[in-house]
Amino acid sequence: MSTSTTLDGARTGSTPVVLGGTRAALWLFGTVLLGVALYYFIGIDQGATSVFGNDTHVHEFVHDARHFLGFPCH
Amino acid sequence: MERQFIVRGMAVGAIGGLLAFLFARIFAEPQIQKAIDYESGREAAQSLLDKTAGMPVEHEHAEPFSRAFQGNVGIGVGIIAFGIAMGALYAVAYALACGRTGKVRPRTLALLVAGGGFLALYLIPFAKYPANPPAIGHEDTIRERSGLYLLMVGISIVVLVAGTWLGQRLQARFGTWNATLLAVLACAVVLGAVMLVLPSFGELSANVEAYGHHATETPLPLRDAQGRIVYPGFPADTLFAFRFFSVAAQAVLWGTIGLCFAPLAERLLSPRPDTSAAPATA
Repeated sequence: MSTSTTLDGARTGSTPVVLGGTRAALWLFGTVLLGVALYYFIGIDQGATSVFGNDTHVHEFVHDARHFLGFPCH
Repeated sequence: MERQFIVRGMAVGAIGGLLAFLFARIFAEPQIQKAIDYESGREAAQSLLDKTAGMPVEHEHAEPFSRAFQGNVGIGVGIIAFGIAMGALYAVAYALACGRTGKVRPRTLALLVAGGGFLALYLIPFAKYPANPPAIGHEDTIRERSGLYLLMVGISIVVLVAGTWLGQRLQARFGTWNATLLAVLACAVVLGAVMLVLPSFGELSANVEAYGHHATETPLPLRDAQGRIVYPGFPADTLFAFRFFSVAAQAVLWGTIGLCFAPLAERLLSPRPDTSAAPATA
């Protein structure tokens, strides 16, 4: 990104476009992957689908959080 | 710039998760314990019924973690990690929304994106498939229920993003106020139609076969062979309190994310007299 876009946006009091280039896209993509992976292990793993096979440690560990955060359980 | 957003998003997500955990520990855990006590009592009553009927009695499987561990450590790690995940996704959404959502100040946008996250990732799916405490939910339908819940989350995200886009298309013609109202109305109509079409958990084929037609999987009273009630249905007050606290905890999480990210975004995106001459290091 360039300084001018930041200042153009800031001068009018609204938000500027802040992204540019492949590197920014990769960072955002990686962050989404991380967020979705965490979401999956807290909410779904060892319930409907399971990465570690027929084991319930992840499920039982976050059991209360899973119920309370609104995910279907059991 | 995107890295600053991501780090800050995850940090405010962790703070939000911590506050939501403290809330959950104080308010939700007693309700979860009541639900588990109900479940244990119901299982005992069921075993007694099976025994008198001469049927084989099901034995409870061993749990890898104690209740104390689940209710203090597990729930904390789970909710804080969830907060970090939501903060990460929030930061990406914020970075993408910057400059693409009309004339909004950075800190106003921070609150709007947090509101969108709360709605799309929790409250709209909750309206169709609300959070359930332990004891509610049949094991045989976990695949369908998870699939439907995630479908509802996915549709909510797509509809809200499309609604934001539509609102901006309409803005030139109807002005910001009316365009916003029209976009909200369009989202509500589409989401309402989706909720009407998707099946209720109680109407899943495995449930209809085993229990007949019901809207949900909430346990009904347990009856003996003569039809007398030997164990009550799931207590309504516990169910309400659990769901109410569930909504409140997510409001705490997303509210913290929005309110903490707002000043950080304002500082990141506002011009500083001493650095405005130098090239930005993003």
